[in-house]
Amino acid sequence: MILILAEHDGTKLKKTTLEMISAARGLNPEITIALFGKDAGNVAEEAAKYVGQVLVVEDPNLEPYDARVYSQALQQITEQAEASVVLVAGTRAGRELAPRLAVRLDAPYLEDAVKLEGIEGGLRIAHYAFLARVTETLEAQAAVIVATVKPNTQPAAAPNSSDGEIFEAELELTASSIKVLGRTQEKTARVALTEANVVVTGGRGMGSPENFKLVEDLADVLGAGVGATRAAVDAGWRPYAEQVGQTGKTVQPNAYICAGVSGAVQHLSGMGKSKYIVAINKDPEAPIFKVADYGIIGDLNVILPALTAAAKRLKD
Amino acid sequence: MKILCLIRQVPDAEARVKAQNGRVDLEGATLALDGMDEYGVEQALRINTDGANTVAVALGGARFEDAIRRALAMGLERAIHVESTEYLDVVTQANILAKIVNDEQPDIVFCGGQHADTDSQALGAALAEALGWNQITWTTALGIKNSSVEATHDVDDGKEQLELQLPAVITTQQGLNEPRYPTLPNIMKAKKKEIRKASLSDYGITGGKVRVVNQEIQAKQRLNKLIDGKDPAAAAEELIKLLHNEAKVI
Repeated sequence: MILILAEHDGTKLKKTTLEMISAARGLNPEITIALFGKDAGNVAEEAAKYVGQVLVVEDPNLEPYDARVYSQALQQITEQAEASVVLVAGTRAGRELAPRLAVRLDAPYLEDAVKLEGIEGGLRIAHYAFLARVTETLEAQAAVIVATVKPNTQPAAAPNSSDGEIFEAELELTASSIKVLGRTQEKTARVALTEANVVVTGGRGMGSPENFKLVEDLADVLGAGVGATRAAVDAGWRPYAEQVGQTGKTVQPNAYICAGVSGAVQHLSGMGKSKYIVAINKDPEAPIFKVADYGIIGDLNVILPALTAAAKRLKD
Repeated sequence: MKILCLIRQVPDAEARVKAQNGRVDLEGATLALDGMDEYGVEQALRINTDGANTVAVALGGARFEDAIRRALAMGLERAIHVESTEYLDVVTQANILAKIVNDEQPDIVFCGGQHADTDSQALGAALAEALGWNQITWTTALGIKNSSVEATHDVDDGKEQLELQLPAVITTQQGLNEPRYPTLPNIMKAKKKEIRKASLSDYGITGGKVRVVNQEIQAKQRLNKLIDGKDPAAAAEELIKLLHNEAKVI
């Protein structure tokens, strides 16, 4: 049986969960979804459309999120349900709680899988290594294996024809000893960066925060998400939520359009798997052109508005 | 306060990584102290400014000694090097490191937020669990008051401020501080600092839980069609047409 720790926002399942479901279906038809949190019950019926069993845990110790308590809860469910594989989303939160779970279960941990495949008594995955320059295949054989699934690498699952069963689980959890003093949520009215088919990104070469208007204008015409490099975020020009790269988000859109981005390895590790890469840079020697499918060598201050105008004509 | 810094020696971000016969070949690649770990070393030296009670801990091959010397030259007091060239999964690493932590009894363990060789973010959290400690991942600001720590760290949809009691494992990243360059006198001094060597068998470890089956470079062939932007309107028109008609992505 495959156990999936769902990501949800209290009203619906997140895309990462639907991606984990399709990865799980390729391994074993017997799937259980675990839903944690005070609003977990709200998503149970939706989850039951996809899998045979849904376990709801609304224990107050699960709010606010603490990796330590989450891994404790997931361990209890894994052992009770005798799951052979536990899948967790390869998000920041998932990648801090999954290794904790693996230590608790003394199980192998396979991290950030882009491909999953069952083998005799175990699991084989592919993931990226060496700042995403290398694709590495790993395997483990054990009674239970913990894996995280990289977002945006699996198709979203479709619902089943019949609904699964919903159960409530009572667990014995230790309260969190971490005090959350504050949270700054960075929201955008545009399509979420990791879910966008097209992403338009600006780098240090944008020159100023005001100039990002040019990036936003093009993104709005294309219905795209807006991204930024670490340099632009560190300069305080853009919110962290828009950061693409090693310490930000990993995106894999159909088209990744970037302006004023030099192409540092740390940035490439977050967008290098995009289907098409498009670069606008005034320096013909910029490393970004080496990985670009299309590029314009020129001043982004005039190229970006020209692209926005051309895209507008196309859409009209 | 006693501080342990976990460090790794990894290919430099700009290094050319090759793969041969299903294995990465680091021959000729520039190797360096992992940049993410370096922030932890720097932070340790900002807390214990004289370097006293700061220990570098490395788990890896003989080549890791360069990274260890670098950390000592930055100012850490001494080092422990568990020598192993074997691929060790993160749970096995955490079990070994937990034994060292239990011997050393530090208040804080620093660890890089993501390692530039395995691309793994797991070690800090795995070690924290093996110790029964809390962790703070992706830390960008840190303040210590007596035995409690207040930190700002990155989460999936923004930032979070936390307060917790030490001991804790704290994972570090860019933004936390600006790591120092070792001075020449400190590089000389570092040559005399203690590096205690240990082996996997000292910790009762015979092997890991995960096998590497294959490593390969899968560089996507890119079209590299570059347009001269001297006539911005014409260049833009051409690019939009290519994206629409050829790539079919807009």
